Amino acid sequence: MRQAFIEELTLLAETNLNLFLIVGDLGYSVVEPFAERFPDRFLNAGVAEQNMTGLAAGLASCGFHVFTYSIANFPTLRCLEQIRNDVCYHNLPVTVVSVGGGMAYGNLGYSHHATEDLAVTLPLPNIRVIAPGDPFETRLATRELCKKPGPSYLRLGKAREPTIHAAIDGIKDLRTLQILQEGSDVMLVSTGGILEQVKAAAERLTQSGICAGYSSSPYLKPFDEAGLLSIALKTKIIISVEEHGVGGLSSLISETLHRNNMNTLFRCLKTQTENYKFVGSQKHLRAKHGLDEEHISSFAMTCLADLADAT
Amino acid sequence: MNYTDGQLEQKSLKLRRSVVKWIKHAGAGHTGGSLSCIDILNVLYNRILNVSPENFTSPDRDRYVQSKGHAVEALFVVLADAGFFDESDLETLCCYQSHYVGHPTRKVNGVEQNTGGLGHGLPICVGTALAGKMDAKDYRVYTLLGDGELAEGSNWEAAMSAAHYKLDNLTAVIDCNTLQIAGRTADVMNSEPLVEKWEAFGWAVRRIDGHDIAALTEALRDPLEAGKPSMVIADTVKGRGVSFMEDVGKWHHGVPNDEEFAKAMEGFDMQLAAKEGALS
Repeated sequence: MRQAFIEELTLLAETNLNLFLIVGDLGYSVVEPFAERFPDRFLNAGVAEQNMTGLAAGLASCGFHVFTYSIANFPTLRCLEQIRNDVCYHNLPVTVVSVGGGMAYGNLGYSHHATEDLAVTLPLPNIRVIAPGDPFETRLATRELCKKPGPSYLRLGKAREPTIHAAIDGIKDLRTLQILQEGSDVMLVSTGGILEQVKAAAERLTQSGICAGYSSSPYLKPFDEAGLLSIALKTKIIISVEEHGVGGLSSLISETLHRNNMNTLFRCLKTQTENYKFVGSQKHLRAKHGLDEEHISSFAMTCLADLADAT
Repeated sequence: MNYTDGQLEQKSLKLRRSVVKWIKHAGAGHTGGSLSCIDILNVLYNRILNVSPENFTSPDRDRYVQSKGHAVEALFVVLADAGFFDESDLETLCCYQSHYVGHPTRKVNGVEQNTGGLGHGLPICVGTALAGKMDAKDYRVYTLLGDGELAEGSNWEAAMSAAHYKLDNLTAVIDCNTLQIAGRTADVMNSEPLVEKWEAFGWAVRRIDGHDIAALTEALRDPLEAGKPSMVIADTVKGRGVSFMEDVGKWHHGVPNDEEFAKAMEGFDMQLAAKEGALS
């Protein structure tokens, strides 16, 4: 995803002369195409995220659309007040980009995991929050952010994520829930790079004779409430899947269903605080938190069995 | 208008009187810190800054960001005096739905940035000054910090980067009144030695009497040194101009009672009369 992002940004910067990229001493082996092509619109602000974000707000107040780039929780949690006060409150065109959303930097430990970033950015004023599910969604998100600059948070996976959509042209409107497969028994709704696990889980369920669908919600703010309610009318169970703790997609879905008096069964799969003590590869950590294809599919089976018992 | 030093000193007295008057009217306000920084703002808006109600939306204007946002009453009376709005607007200071609230907001004409959380102004100004360099603009960027505010680490991140980027179009001023909410800055979290610290961070530094109009003018007019950001450490007295508030920590945030207010106004009247006598 980070490759897709930087390729798109570099391309867009050819014609959009206001695009500016600031990195927090991270992104090497990724950002070079932009840095070499546009050295006057690139800065390494050093290991100082508060200053990087305040500085970005200052540049943005003078007409630039600034992208701040770092990994995991550094460009959000470390400088949250600068995002809140300097960027969002002023409604300035600054896009915060995090590579390694979730536990992509698994082996580096909890200090390098982004598992609370959605919960702290979603309540902020004027902000758009986007967590693409595959490289195609990443490209479209980058284009949309440049087309309509404003306070925004782009939460990316890391590298080598598979494309899940068949083609980029097949994505009609990125702002809506992306239904990749319909499912009348269960609909898995995910956000971010966990989409590949969700797809695999849906395939397992389908092989077991269950009508299982899966979808991606790249936009978390604004959230496609109408799309969710439409799903709720067509499936027995909605299960959210995200590489994030409470306060992200599961909270959005729960609130939306409740506020609209929908009684479709809803369950969520997310990270749990008691498991943050474990360190390992992203694959191992996903399994530990029940977020790999095996756990997702078995959880869906259990939910369906419980529902059958109850009715 | 070109003011003499004496006329600006007279204006400072009037501005200080207004600060106390509006804080009394609103029933809230950061009195001590607003009174300590009046001379700095007075010199900036009446002698230094290329900013006015007429050019405030121009990309070429000078920028002033008040990082110590709590001293907003000082900023409001100075902006009103400079014609950004009618001073009678301050009748609504701190009222529900008023734009004139307890920290600077851009809803008020003349306010460059929303501030209030400490340690935000300098990083923003680094970005604004950098944009000026990139766009080959001549504007200058000024910010006002409190000495207590320097405990916020973001200031030191910004200090490092301003020098790294050689932002000689940036001038920061410390309103060094040596007091913060809980007491002496030296006791709460000592920020001294300030000159050595800022020099070590690569800034050109000058320490002056922050109530000396001529010294402020001299220090603020031009970059102190080409290729370096400028730091003006302005030694001030918290509560300046009101005898019983001067250098007393409890007036960090405080409203005079009726008796205290009358005494403060009487003090200003006497100071103004003396100043007018000296000027005539």
